[in-house]
Amino acid sequence: MSLKLKALLKSPWVFHLSTGSCNNCDIEILDCLTPRFDIERFGMLLAPSIKHADVLLITGSCNRQSVVRLKRLYEQAPKPCLVVAIGECSLSRGMFIHSYNCPLPLDKIIPVDVYIPGCPPKPEAIIAGVVKLIEKIKKK
Amino acid sequence: MGRTIVPIGPYHPLQEEPEFFTLTVEGETVVDIDVQLGYNHRGIEKLSESKSFDQTTFLVERICGICSTSHPFACTRAVEDIIPVEVPERAKYIRTIIAEGERIHSHLLWLGLAGHFLGYNTVYMWAWKLREEILDVMEILSGNRNNYAMFKPGGVRRDIKTEDITGVIEKIDSIVPTLEMLKKAVIDDPVLHARTKGIGILSKEEAINFSALGPTARASGVARDVRKDSPYGAYDKIGWKMIVTQNGDVFDKAVVRILETFESIKIIKYCLLNLPAGEIDLKLKNIPAGEGIGHIEAPRGETFHYIRSDGTNRPVRHKVRAPTFMNLPTYKATVVGETISDATIILAAIDPCYCCTERMAVRTTKGKKLYNGEELVKLSQAKTEKLRKKMGY
Amino acid sequence: MTREEVLNDIKERFAEEIIEVLDKSARRVYIEIKPSAITKVAGYIFGDLKARFNIASGIDARYHMEILYHFTIEDINLLISLRVKLPKPKLEIDSLAPLFEAANWIEREMYELLGIHFRGHPDLRRLLLPEAWPEGVHPLRGDYKEWDKSAIRDRGV
Repeated sequence: MSLKLKALLKSPWVFHLSTGSCNNCDIEILDCLTPRFDIERFGMLLAPSIKHADVLLITGSCNRQSVVRLKRLYEQAPKPCLVVAIGECSLSRGMFIHSYNCPLPLDKIIPVDVYIPGCPPKPEAIIAGVVKLIEKIKKK
Repeated sequence: MGRTIVPIGPYHPLQEEPEFFTLTVEGETVVDIDVQLGYNHRGIEKLSESKSFDQTTFLVERICGICSTSHPFACTRAVEDIIPVEVPERAKYIRTIIAEGERIHSHLLWLGLAGHFLGYNTVYMWAWKLREEILDVMEILSGNRNNYAMFKPGGVRRDIKTEDITGVIEKIDSIVPTLEMLKKAVIDDPVLHARTKGIGILSKEEAINFSALGPTARASGVARDVRKDSPYGAYDKIGWKMIVTQNGDVFDKAVVRILETFESIKIIKYCLLNLPAGEIDLKLKNIPAGEGIGHIEAPRGETFHYIRSDGTNRPVRHKVRAPTFMNLPTYKATVVGETISDATIILAAIDPCYCCTERMAVRTTKGKKLYNGEELVKLSQAKTEKLRKKMGY
Repeated sequence: MTREEVLNDIKERFAEEIIEVLDKSARRVYIEIKPSAITKVAGYIFGDLKARFNIASGIDARYHMEILYHFTIEDINLLISLRVKLPKPKLEIDSLAPLFEAANWIEREMYELLGIHFRGHPDLRRLLLPEAWPEGVHPLRGDYKEWDKSAIRDRGV
């Protein structure tokens, strides 16, 4: 494992990006920060800018307007950058697969490391997903 | 003076959702504002035409995560308006309980985010902690934290078990004292008064001109609430107050929301205690050709659905109008003329308070004093009292 | 005014413009009017009868485009829907946005999603669709066909 990745895993800062979601996954991500779940205990912090982030949490069904911004943000992110797709919409677009405004699934646009299914996934599931991501990287 | 354009968004740390605001400023004063939407557009109205009437409720549930009851509620009422039928009494009560539970957690969520926007992250933590209790209640009643999937044309999908009711009421009662404290903290806090009173005023005339809805309109003295004007569900059988304030500023909008939370608690408790027995579903088979309208009061205002059917099992046209569609343009009236620092508050709307998490214990450096949550709240209240005296309140 | 008085008042005042009144139920009335009279009738209902503008909804029927303007008079709990039918292919109607701000956004939405042109709208541009969306393609029309050849519509399994 590279030194960069090793340092990153100590306290992964996350940036949350909604690409046309119903807001539910975004709320559950924020919920992870609040007292009951409190992922700051593990060193995870919501970064205000993509330039400070190590992990990109992506929700939503990638509609045409936000895809342009999504690509731009991914380019700006310092590498290595890990991508987590949260919720059914960003996994396969769910019931929005035939929508005229959602042409492509997320993993056809940028590489994705971990998928967390659910509509919306519970905060416990999100935390478990991030833990699995860390384990996966450690094994590399 | 030269004009500068300040972009906010689309991905801004303040906003949880992507939205793109362009503020035109002269010095510090905002002279124009424009909003560019489309970052969340998924073409749901078109998709709905390919779903059967049973499936549309699941689709509209996913329009908005926080309004995941309001949209199915309005949608099922629109379908019922086509026939037209009235749903069984028990279903009406269950629908009301779910809708009001959503109102509480939505208002608490807003309260927390408003605090977050102002930099009072303690409020955010406090309100969202309370919100978890309500989500637990919803999980007991419906099986999920959000996206309850309780509604179907002609009734509800799940019944409320009698043995659950006492536990639910206990749980709801347990959040009231904390909520009372939050209310006092917000309504009496002098710092908050200084920050939010007289800012972002939406006059009564403007509220009518923009057809503003929900708490936004009610804070401006427009007594407008679908639950009172056109009663549906069990609202006409319950005694509850419509909260209306007169000033239309950010502070009043916060007050309306907080007081409404208490009304919702009252409504839920009444419904649970007086839940009538009987069927919960009409088992509708065919939807005839025709058109129907369903409108209900969501936490943010009136949600409006128009459905046209041609006699098949799918809608020909399904028009959805969420409350924010009417409320968002009012920013044109409220932000223009304010300073840019206030613009963010008005855009985000605010509602902070001070407190600290209950389970925290602090050891001061001098001495060996150990504070628990309650003592910290008391300390904080004492400080506010001092501030209030200093500022002459 | 009671419900009957309001309806009779509208019927008398706009006898020339009204094509059909459908009194559907106690809370719902559908009134079909001539497209040329929309500003007059809507202005009267919003201004004089103190109704609230709910929303407008455009519907693509086979031979014409229908627009329904929904108004609620809260005191008497009545929802009035004004129906206009625009013959294809000339889809033009007077804008209501100069009369009241509430109509501003929905007319922009109908302009892009259905391709109806609103005469006299102060700011008729796109509201929801992205910049890259092709001109003249209106997704809510009945004859909409997928134009994007790169779109993937299967789940890949």
